[in-house]
Amino acid sequence: MFGNLGNFDTGVLDEFRRMQRDLDQLFGATPFPSSIRAAARGTYPPINIGTNPDQVDVYLFAAGVNPERLDISIQQNLLTIAGERKLITEEGANYYRKERYDGEFRRVVTLPDDVDPDKVEATYSDGILHVRIQRRESAKPRQIEIK
Amino acid sequence: MNETKDVATPEKKAVAEAKDQDRAIRPAVDIFEDDTGLTLHADMPGVSKDRLNLQIDNDSLSIDGEIDVPTPAGMEAVYVDVRYSRYQRSFSLSRELDTDNIEAVLHDGLLILRIPKRAEHKPRKIEIRTA
Repeated sequence: MFGNLGNFDTGVLDEFRRMQRDLDQLFGATPFPSSIRAAARGTYPPINIGTNPDQVDVYLFAAGVNPERLDISIQQNLLTIAGERKLITEEGANYYRKERYDGEFRRVVTLPDDVDPDKVEATYSDGILHVRIQRRESAKPRQIEIK
Repeated sequence: MNETKDVATPEKKAVAEAKDQDRAIRPAVDIFEDDTGLTLHADMPGVSKDRLNLQIDNDSLSIDGEIDVPTPAGMEAVYVDVRYSRYQRSFSLSRELDTDNIEAVLHDGLLILRIPKRAEHKPRKIEIRTA
């Protein structure tokens, strides 16, 4: 279940992220290096990535997106998900809150080196895009028999 | 010697876990009003119809949804933007809204709530007559 992703959170990590964000705003950069492709916290859509020895699972939290407008591509171990969410705005309505993301988005994920770019599967359900990438056989842990 | 410590540690952990369960994502919403009522759009990806709980208690509307995504066995999280598995948000409603006739649609993780106004509160055009 998703609980194991939820458990990932620690209060300290949270604090650290907040601190990093504050520093970002103060100095424009942090003294800590981050991945060159890493998106800023809060980038739409949020993603979770999980791995096990067989596969890598990428979950993209994008509600109300037309799956036909999603463009998923993989090059070696670089997964790119691009798309667009067009919000229906009511003409003449009086808006109180407009928090939801509107427009084009693009997220690039660096996967482990041993993924097989030929074995990718993607499904969209309940507003989550799930991309599953198989890992190569050779990378799986093997039991070594003792003769 | 270590007995007291052993007893205290799991308790602390239980408290921390309980706290974690209380934490929830605040879903992003759009709210707008027209002559006949209010419309609310909320992003709740991962929530299916049977995991969504909408409640109206007096003048308060509360939206609660649980993310239910089957994950493969032995999965280890390597990157996490979404850290909680619950959405929660509430709003207070005003009296002119017809809470008995709220309509809700959930599709692809997008919740659409339509809260109509009571008939007597729909705006009426007031004509100005020249004497």
